Amino acid sequence: MKGLSRRDFLKLCAGSAAAVSLSELLLPHLLEAAPASGNPPALWIQGASCTGCSVSLLDSEQPAIATILTDVISLKFHPNISGASGYLATKVINDTAAAGGFYLVVEGSVPTGANGLYCTVGETENGQTITFVDRLADLGSKAAAVLAVGTCASFGGIPAATYGGNPTTHGGPTGCMGVLEFFKQKGITTPVINVPGCPPHPDWMVGSLAHVLLYKTLPPMDQYNRPTMFYGRILHDNCQRRQYFDNSQFAKMFSEPYCLLELGCKGPFAACDSYKRQWNGVSSCILANGPCYACTDMNFPDGSSPIYQRYPDVKLPDIDASADAVGVTLGAAVVLGMAAHLVGNAVNGRLGHKEE
Amino acid sequence: MATKVVVDPITRIEGHLSIECDVDGGKVIDARTTGTLFRGWELILQGHDPRDAQDYVQRICSVCPVTHGAAAAFALDDAFGLTGQIPENGRIVRNLILGANLLHSHILHFYHLAALDYVTAPNLPPLVPQYAGDYRLPAAVNAAAVQHYLQALEIRKLAHTMLAVWGGRIPGQRGIVPGGSPANVDTEKIVQSKFLLAQVTDFIDNVYIPDVLAVAGAYKDWAAIGVGCKNLMTYGGFPMDNNGWNGKRFYSNGVYINGQAGALDPTQIGEDVQYSWYKDGIPKGPYQSVITPEPYKTAGYTWLKSPRYDGNVVEVGPLAKLWINNNATLKSILPGEAAFSVIGRHAARAVDCSNVAHAMADWLMQLTPGGPTCVPNEVPQHAEGMGINDAERGALGHWIVIDNWKIQIYNAIVPTTWNASPRDDNGQPGPMEQALVGTPVADVNNPIELVRVVRSFDPCLACAIHLITPDRKVRKFRVY
Repeated sequence: MKGLSRRDFLKLCAGSAAAVSLSELLLPHLLEAAPASGNPPALWIQGASCTGCSVSLLDSEQPAIATILTDVISLKFHPNISGASGYLATKVINDTAAAGGFYLVVEGSVPTGANGLYCTVGETENGQTITFVDRLADLGSKAAAVLAVGTCASFGGIPAATYGGNPTTHGGPTGCMGVLEFFKQKGITTPVINVPGCPPHPDWMVGSLAHVLLYKTLPPMDQYNRPTMFYGRILHDNCQRRQYFDNSQFAKMFSEPYCLLELGCKGPFAACDSYKRQWNGVSSCILANGPCYACTDMNFPDGSSPIYQRYPDVKLPDIDASADAVGVTLGAAVVLGMAAHLVGNAVNGRLGHKEE
Repeated sequence: MATKVVVDPITRIEGHLSIECDVDGGKVIDARTTGTLFRGWELILQGHDPRDAQDYVQRICSVCPVTHGAAAAFALDDAFGLTGQIPENGRIVRNLILGANLLHSHILHFYHLAALDYVTAPNLPPLVPQYAGDYRLPAAVNAAAVQHYLQALEIRKLAHTMLAVWGGRIPGQRGIVPGGSPANVDTEKIVQSKFLLAQVTDFIDNVYIPDVLAVAGAYKDWAAIGVGCKNLMTYGGFPMDNNGWNGKRFYSNGVYINGQAGALDPTQIGEDVQYSWYKDGIPKGPYQSVITPEPYKTAGYTWLKSPRYDGNVVEVGPLAKLWINNNATLKSILPGEAAFSVIGRHAARAVDCSNVAHAMADWLMQLTPGGPTCVPNEVPQHAEGMGINDAERGALGHWIVIDNWKIQIYNAIVPTTWNASPRDDNGQPGPMEQALVGTPVADVNNPIELVRVVRSFDPCLACAIHLITPDRKVRKFRVY
């Protein structure tokens, strides 16, 4: 295509300018690249979901999400928007799948327990119940690519959390897992882009989809299939409050402006760029005094619980303050080992790549 | 012979729902509602630090995540012994966050979830295809409604922007915790909120309410369809003091049973599971309820339990809240008992939206910049707590039992569990099932009337409608 090179695109997505929304920047290029043959068809399906990813997308800044739906892709089905109900809706899904060449967006975890009976999504023409797992296997094997939006579709999320304090209960009460894991079990090889977050920022969803539409290829991804343009940096290393961490000033109350580590912040292992990307155009968890709970992490929520207790394994910076000055618990934690997903990154408290 | 009509999935709601109805002589004679998703929330929360609850439970539903977070925080306030100590700023910020999401949710429901049952959509997927039916709006009104659909997308976003000013982001807001709110109160946030709120309020009063009245005018007969059980319950909403669930609230709590208004007694709440895919014989009280899923239970037909108030089937939602609070506007729009209807539920929601928007302007000015918003707290070793409050869709209650500093039992009884509940152990159908009975169906291939009734409740799960004959000898009819 003309105009925006892939390299420029990636820079734009990862860029540090928070003043304008990403979707606003991308829209002209998407419109320019829209094929004369018509906008590419897309289906949006929901499994064990809370609709949070859809609501987050609805909250995308200008341009209105309506423009993306009308002028960039042809969204044939969305559970919360579609005019059709019942078999009329099921038929739309079947017809789109039969025509092929569509993109599939999956929201929600994949409940594989009880032969899929924990989530059913409709009936066939003959009155047979359709389980979500069967729908996903069918559409997933036919789709050009799959966008797994949210931590549930990416990694299982809260429905897949362990419970009752028993680590063997992974998958939750209903055998939930992410789309990619489900595909591996089923031998489905359709490419999957994970866009985790609980919910994901709309820019992450729009940007990931835009890359596929513009360049017909997957964006650069990390080992968890997360696009590095959005998930390539660690929140803690770029945090607005980083200076307070370096100076060992820790908030003991939510209202204090200091580092939120003592109040439970999981920023040290959160692959998230919310330090520069405003939510709903105005704020973010940290800006609202909310300690990060690393909702983009593959181990969320188990790896983040208890949310409001300090994560035990964070290496503190080389500081002059004594343990007494920063609290006994902090002092004791300095030399503790790192959790599995931190291994290899623990150098002087730098757990990831600081943005240049 | 009755015709069985199944609508599965019911779209334009939150979650997974289907319905099954028996239609005979052009009318529904029996109906069953089926919630088709089970995630096991109550189980997942067991063993967790209690303070995880207010963030986890927001993912029960992210159309109304705030009310779940708030109900959890109220329950934790209760369990931690903080109820009387919430700073004024904290109480008000919580109400502002709750209010902002209510504005978003009601606008979203009318325009983006329900409107296509009354408005002919432009030829644009996924708005089409839609059921054939009696779309009655005059062409000019219909065209305006389509424009308002788009405008409403932006307006509800402004309500969410205002929410994020206090809560950081939405969904997954961070502004409500046990003890108050973590948000700092400053003049900039107050001014920014007033600016956003004014735009939303203008839309509600000058576009949303007139549009609801236009639909009510064109669909007058729908003020007598979808009547339902006419028993109501509300937990009230928006605390005005620090006295917990029975203190002064912007909307008072109460019940309305067999035509009589009465005081709310939360100990009268119990749940049945005879027709639900759970193991029989659970204790009825919310503090004791522990479920075991049984997906193959033959007597079951839904993942929803059957909550009852003192054994009574009760409807919850804005209609219940405004009726019990004797709202004069609602009763002037729909005199007598006309509010017990599909139109009544939409009208109540719009009036509720306007009420709350105007009140929020006052609440903003009651904030004290720089004042405290939160009190510190500690998790007790053993405690119980209850948090009840009306969500956008009706009465929402969370109950928690803490043992050894961890969650032992967590129970959330949500509005749609009340409204879309199955038959109880005494065989009484749930409110939505009752409201469906008597609904005229002109064309079983295009059961637009059924989804109008279902969506008037603003159900928050994915349901399908199955219509069956009492003798089970049904002519099964697929719905196209």
